Formats: sequence, C-alpha cells, structure tokens
Amino acid sequence: MDHGSAGVSGAGVSPTFAVVQEIAAGVFGVAESDISPDSSPQTVERWDSVQQIYLVLALEERFGVQLALEDIEELKNLGDIAKAIDKKL
Amino acid sequence: MIERDTIDTLLNDGKLADGFQALADAWNREPSLNAAQFVIAKYERHRADLALIECKLAILRSITVEPLVPLLRAAAYVNRIDLDVKVSDFDTYATEMLDAGSSLYAFQPRVVLLALNTASVAPQLWAPTDDAEHTLRSVADDTVDRLTSLIHAFRANSQADLIFHLLDSPDLTTRGSLETHAECGQRAAIESVNERLGAVARSMHGVHPLDYDALVARHGRRDWFDEGKWEQFRLPATAPNLRHIVDEWLRYIQPVIGAVSKVVVVDLDETIWKGTVGEDGFAKLKMGADPPGTPYRALQRALLALRERGIVLAACSKNDEADALEVLEKHPDMLLRPVHFATMRINWESKSENIKSIASELNVGLDALAFIDDNPVERAEVRAMLPQVRVLDLPSDPSKYARIVLENPFFQRVTAASSEDRQRTQFYQEQAQRAKMLASVGSKEEFYRSLGQVADIASANDLTLGRVAQLTQKTNQFNLTTHRYSDAEVAFFMSDPKHTVLTIKVSDRLGDNGIVGTAITDDDGDACKVDTFLLSCRVIGRGIETAFIAYIAQQARLRGKSRLVGMFCPTAKNELAKHFYEDHGFRRIADDADGSTWELALATNELKAPEWITVAPASAVPA
Repeated sequence: MDHGSAGVSGAGVSPTFAVVQEIAAGVFGVAESDISPDSSPQTVERWDSVQQIYLVLALEERFGVQLALEDIEELKNLGDIAKAIDKKL
Repeated sequence: MIERDTIDTLLNDGKLADGFQALADAWNREPSLNAAQFVIAKYERHRADLALIECKLAILRSITVEPLVPLLRAAAYVNRIDLDVKVSDFDTYATEMLDAGSSLYAFQPRVVLLALNTASVAPQLWAPTDDAEHTLRSVADDTVDRLTSLIHAFRANSQADLIFHLLDSPDLTTRGSLETHAECGQRAAIESVNERLGAVARSMHGVHPLDYDALVARHGRRDWFDEGKWEQFRLPATAPNLRHIVDEWLRYIQPVIGAVSKVVVVDLDETIWKGTVGEDGFAKLKMGADPPGTPYRALQRALLALRERGIVLAACSKNDEADALEVLEKHPDMLLRPVHFATMRINWESKSENIKSIASELNVGLDALAFIDDNPVERAEVRAMLPQVRVLDLPSDPSKYARIVLENPFFQRVTAASSEDRQRTQFYQEQAQRAKMLASVGSKEEFYRSLGQVADIASANDLTLGRVAQLTQKTNQFNLTTHRYSDAEVAFFMSDPKHTVLTIKVSDRLGDNGIVGTAITDDDGDACKVDTFLLSCRVIGRGIETAFIAYIAQQARLRGKSRLVGMFCPTAKNELAKHFYEDHGFRRIADDADGSTWELALATNELKAPEWITVAPASAVPA
C-alpha cells in the first residue's frame, strides 16, 4: 500500500509534502501528526467539498501554482496532491 | 503576514490602536485567505473594546461564496464593521426569497446580497446551444421575469436592503466577429436584461443592482475566471480576483449601512497641485490639463465628484493663508475653488489640531472624517493623534491619487444626493455666519429673534423619504433612540396607518437649512409613542427641538391620544439629547437595559414652540 506513496522517501517526507501537511492541518483543524500522504476525504472527517475548495486555494496561494481541473479530479489523497504540485514547481 | 508576532505583542500589551493599524496595514499588503483568518481572530477577540458597526448580512447565491466570506469579514473588520454573515444553501435563492417562512427571513438580515453570475442563472445566455436572435430574446425575457418576481417577493417579505448582481458577459461569444451584426446577439441580450433589472430596482426602495459586468471588465474579463474551478467548485473567479468581488460588495454594503465618510479633509501643496506655493510660488504650480499637472487635476475632478455625491470638502494646509487662497481663487487651471470647501484651515498648526477644529465646526464626529495628504509624516501624525479619522494611504505615484479616492468604499453612496446634501457646503458657510452674528449680538434670545426662523413640519412623502432614512442612519448626536432605518423601512412606516413620519425644514434669513430633522411615532392605545426623534446638530440650541416636540404633542392630542411616550437610549455619542424629555416636562416612568422611558400627560401639559419660531404651515398648529 505504501509502495510508491507520493512525497514519502526513506528518510522522511518531502519538503513539498511537509508544507502540504502544514496547510492541510490548518484547513481541517487537526494536528499535523494526524495528516499523512494517505489522508483523503475518506479518512479526514472535515474534508468535505467546501473544505476541499479552501485546501486547493490555500495550496495555490502558498506555492504560487494553479491546479487544473484534471489535477483536482485525479487527486486521491494528500500524497498525490504534493506530487501534482511538485510537477508544477 | 510576517508581522504576526509584532501585532500579537501590541495587542497583548493593550496597544490596540497601534496593533489594529499594523493589522490593517498587513491585511492591505497581503489580503489572502490565510491572513483573513488571522484578522478575523484578532477582531473577534477584541470586539468589545472597539466601536464597530454591527450588521447582519444574508448571502443568497448561485455561486460558491464560501472562500469569499472570510475575505469579506476581514475586509469589513478593517473598515470597522462587524458582519454577522449567513450564507444560504447553494442555489436555493429562489425558494429563500419566495417563502415568507424561510430561514432567510427568520435571520432578519439588515442587508441581503444576491450573488449571481450569468453562467449559473442564464446558462443559455452565457454559452448558448441555440443562439438564434429570437431564442436569445426569449431567454432574456424569461430571466428578467424570473428575477423581477423574486425581487418583488423579497420586498413583500422583508424591509432589508437588497444588493443583487447584474449579469456579466462572457469574454468570447458564439458569433465572434459577427457579434455586432446581430441586433440581439449574446451581449445585447445580456445588456437588455441588465437594463430592465436596473429599471425594476429604480422603481423600488432599497434595491441596489451591482454592476458585476463592470467589475469583471475592470479586472480583465479573460483572466477573471478559471474554467476548471468553475466547473469543479462553482468558484466564480480566480483566487486573486476573489478579493475584488469582496471589495465591490463593500462599496455597496458600506453606504447601505452608513459606514461612510461625510467630510473629506484635503491637503493642498503636492496633493491637489504639483509644487509648494510658499517655495515655488504661484506661477510654478501645476494642476492643468498637461503633464505634470494631470494627476493633480484628476484628483481635483475626483473630489468634485465626491461633492456631487453629497460629501463635504474641507481644506487643511500648512501655508500662509493669503498665498494658498490666491491659488484657490485665481489660478486659471484650478477646478476646485473656495466655494467648494465648507471650511478651510490654512495655518501652521498641526494637522490633527486643525482636523479636530474642522470636526467641531461642522458638528460631526471624528469618525465621519477622511484625510487626504501626500505627506506620510502628516498622515502618521493624524493617525497617531486621531485614530478615529480615516487616513487614506496615498502611493508615491500621484497618478494613482484619483483612483484611490474614487474606489474608496467610504466615499460611495447608493442613493443620489438629496438637495440637502448638495447644499451642505453652503449650509456650513451660513452656519459660520450665524456664529459670527451670535458673537456680535448681546443675548442668545436677541440672536434667535434676529434670525427670523421658520420651521416647516410636514408628513414625509416620496420625495423626502430618502432624506428621512438618511437622517436616521447618519444622525448620532441629537438622536434620542438612534434607530437606523432603510428606505424600505421608512416606506413601510409611511404606509402603516398607526405610524406617522414627520420631517422638519428650517429656514432663516441667512438661508434655507433644508430638512434637518425627522420624527417617527407609533400610536398604541391611548399613547403616542415616539420611536424616533432626531435633529441635525446644525439647528440644535435654537428652540427648534421644542417646536418640533410641541407639534407632535399637539397632533397626538388631536388624534385623541392622552399620553406622549418616548425613550432615551444612551449611546457613546448622544449625550447632547440626554436631558431632552426632562427639560420638556416629561416624567420618567421606567428604566431598562436599553434606556429610560418618559411620559407626558397631554391633557395637563401643553408644550409651546418658542415665540421666536414661526411654525408653518401655521394652520396645522391651532394657536
């Protein structure tokens, strides 16, 4: 399951994921330790459609990137989001 | 926002003025969603210590507004407004407006914002699958009919002010270069909807169409919108443009709730002209139609535009008075002339002292004043000494001056200036003359007699309704209850047989003051209850207030009432009216959290207007 999970390397999380983690924790109102690359709408209670908008806008604001419709549709979890952002940086 | 620690330290040390100024600066530099949360948290914590204007706002929408709400609340807080926002469910605006028992009406909002765009309310105008002219026409007709009936239903159910988005045009139309070949192409159809909805709004009170298309165009139609986020989230604009929507909303909300400046105090040297009269001299100053005078001329034009909206101008400059006056009076390129200013302070006193004296001369609170000065040192002095004054931040580039004035929400109005507004500068100039007369005449009574005052009391009508609402919103000092009413609420009182809405006009031999006061009463059994009684400070202390209450008592008696009952609700600003009922023989009958209640037995007490005031029409008050 963990195989190939985005943003996770042997030594720890990627710099991008670390920022995603911080922002997501802020948006969903949980501790950073509760956020992992596998965090998704299924695992995070407050992750509904409105919070999703806040998350996308907050990420765009911080990284200075635009996430396209396909990016957002493809996003299954926070690890994927970090990967999508990395591709745009 | 990097300065969060600094702001926290200032606020925790109780340095609220400095802390909130730093917070406002930080917000204006970086108005992000993240910063909004920080701003909201700080204001919520200190809300009780700040004199904020409170307003319940309901947002109805066919678009996603959730990310806009924190931006709106933060921007409003920075402008000293505490918005209690309720957002209706997505796309439920029609049922919310039609159903008298809906949660919208249960919330009892002061202001309702109907946030729409063409893509959601008229998709067949936004991206037609059939762009035949007759089809577009019939879609436009349907859209007008649907929105008109919603607006009428809203007004039947609520007295709140309604701000609604007009429709925006797409950046590309189906016809492309053939667009103008069609008599009713996409754009023409959308414009016709807007025209007709504008006419509907003009026929009603308290309904304000927001020109959403102009907003979109101002910021660039092509990059306004992110198609992906529209499809996915129904987000109406890209993240950076969300702030522009919020700013535009405030340009309507602020004038509706009276969160506006009444007086603009403006510096002269390097602000309304290029150069310094004391150093460069009259001949070297530039404010003409050629560079480098153009930005200064543009600012002068903007200030004259504010004056047309009913905002009073005052000049404040460090100069020898004669030098500056010579420019104002004689320079051929000047648009602003001495007659445009209600008062001037051209001397070497500090700007803050001068501004205080302007406020006291014009009888307005410091929070009703805005200050425009190119010099950051002067701005900082005024900010530090008079934190209530709204100090505009001018950039170093003078070509931006006019824009900053014209887009300021504090200088917006949603109703055209009344004739009183237009004449206000003249009123103030006449007032200064009265003060001079008083100083030269021996006693006050002699002065009053010499004025030859006539008070004209009348029932409010369609022409004066707007002025009544405006007075309830703007009068702070001689205002017994400080009930604020919208045009629509005043219209309701006028139509209700139990309520009486009166206006009082005062003229004297120096001039006509126009409508300077209003009273709203409510008949209840044997009592006539005074809901609102207020007068502009310009006429206080001349016996007008006595003439007005005497008339109300007389009329109540004629309607068979035996008691006149009124309340005094103390605020931070209405100390002036505190002893009004006591001074007029009313008996205090109750006290509660809102204030004190006073009663006058009409059978045994007869109030009389001072003999030096003629009350007209004379027939209305039997001698």
